[in-house]
Amino acid sequence: MAKALHRLANPARFLRIASPLLPWIAAGAAVCMGLGLWFGLVESPPDYQQGDAARIMYVHVPAAWNALAGYAGLAIASAIALVWRHPLALVAARCIAPIGACFTVIAIATGSIWGHPMWGTWWVWDARLTSVVVLLFLYLGYIALLHAFDEQETGERAATVLALIGAVNLPVIKFSVDWWNTLHQPASILRFGGPSIDPAMLLPLMLMAGGFTLLFAYLVIIRMQTELARRRVMALRRTALAMSPASDA
Amino acid sequence: MTFVRAVVERDLKLYMRGVVDLIGVWMFFGIAIAMLPLSIGPDPDILSRIAPGAAWAIALLASMLSLERVFAPDQLDGSLDLLLLHAPSAHVLVLAKGFAHWLVTGLPFVVLAPVAAIALGMELRGVLPLAGALLIGTPALSLIGTVGAALTAPLRRGGILAALIVLPQTIPVLIFGTAAVSETLMGRDSGAYFSVLGAFTLAALALAPYAGNAALRAVRS
Repeated sequence: MAKALHRLANPARFLRIASPLLPWIAAGAAVCMGLGLWFGLVESPPDYQQGDAARIMYVHVPAAWNALAGYAGLAIASAIALVWRHPLALVAARCIAPIGACFTVIAIATGSIWGHPMWGTWWVWDARLTSVVVLLFLYLGYIALLHAFDEQETGERAATVLALIGAVNLPVIKFSVDWWNTLHQPASILRFGGPSIDPAMLLPLMLMAGGFTLLFAYLVIIRMQTELARRRVMALRRTALAMSPASDA
Repeated sequence: MTFVRAVVERDLKLYMRGVVDLIGVWMFFGIAIAMLPLSIGPDPDILSRIAPGAAWAIALLASMLSLERVFAPDQLDGSLDLLLLHAPSAHVLVLAKGFAHWLVTGLPFVVLAPVAAIALGMELRGVLPLAGALLIGTPALSLIGTVGAALTAPLRRGGILAALIVLPQTIPVLIFGTAAVSETLMGRDSGAYFSVLGAFTLAALALAPYAGNAALRAVRS
């Protein structure tokens, strides 16, 4: 595993592998989300209680899953960066963060839009909702720290440490928020209990989840390509500057 | 041990030299508490219900105000290099810094917060639980805060950023700190909440030195 990781540490090799994959990932995301939307909006029945509003689930749930998985990815990339001084993992981590934050915002926004007709309110301080808000702030704190330093490298190292602290603390926060909620609120009617989900709804949900995951991967790889290209430009500029005769002046 | 004492004494001296800032932190706490009735309304029912939680939350916010004084001045004038050079290890320095920070922005709130909560209408029997919960829980806040301060040490105005990255990490302490008080006030057995709060502080005591060490290494290359 470590060996495979080291092989990927070379940006050129990473680009050689990732770039040809990119159109396939894009196509997969488009197909999954297209099919998912078709099955979700047209083929699947409306929920017997929630009516058509339940269809927001097909966007909301995949976004929320990816928001969580994104933070896990951020933490794993940070751990790899810290332990093996893996340069590409640093790039991956910094590219995952804004996309994960966006997916978190999507999850919160779609949840609110769904909550308004269903619960009669845009927002409740339910344990799950609150945890997702905390997750958003963890993302935003990471991004803020990343960009706070003049030297990009310093910001990356600091943010790496912060991501790992957050990853260690996240279960404790989650546990505390759950605890807080059961303490301050009677058994919630908002819980998603009941019978397991109908296959007609599961299929579009899974398709959309797959589509969102591929979209996430696609966006991360695009950002990584851009970031690597930007670094190359910077390096080339520095070399050009150093070699130009005007540099003595 | 002598090193810890030397660092704590030095930090206290520095805090006292800029005592206006410290008084500012405590005053911020008082003013923020006074803002609550003004914004929420003087209804004693509501105020007495939110009193312990408000005191906790505002004490937490106030203690974040002084984070940029933990490492940033030492980093700026180079004394952090000397401190790290003389420290048995960076971990010890983080602990000492956290302890000094707690002495000036944790411990005072053990006294101030119950006063504020009573002013908001908390019953008198809430005083001891509130002071106790703060006494047990605030060291964790200072330790977590110290790590945030380390992560922002080289920044000129890192205070807000430090607060921003530290606050989400302190949510568990806030939840169990307020629960310990409100459960006692409701006449329920609250021992478990104090225990969990103590566990947070012990965990912070064990982990913060490592996180702080990693943070200092990361930002000071």
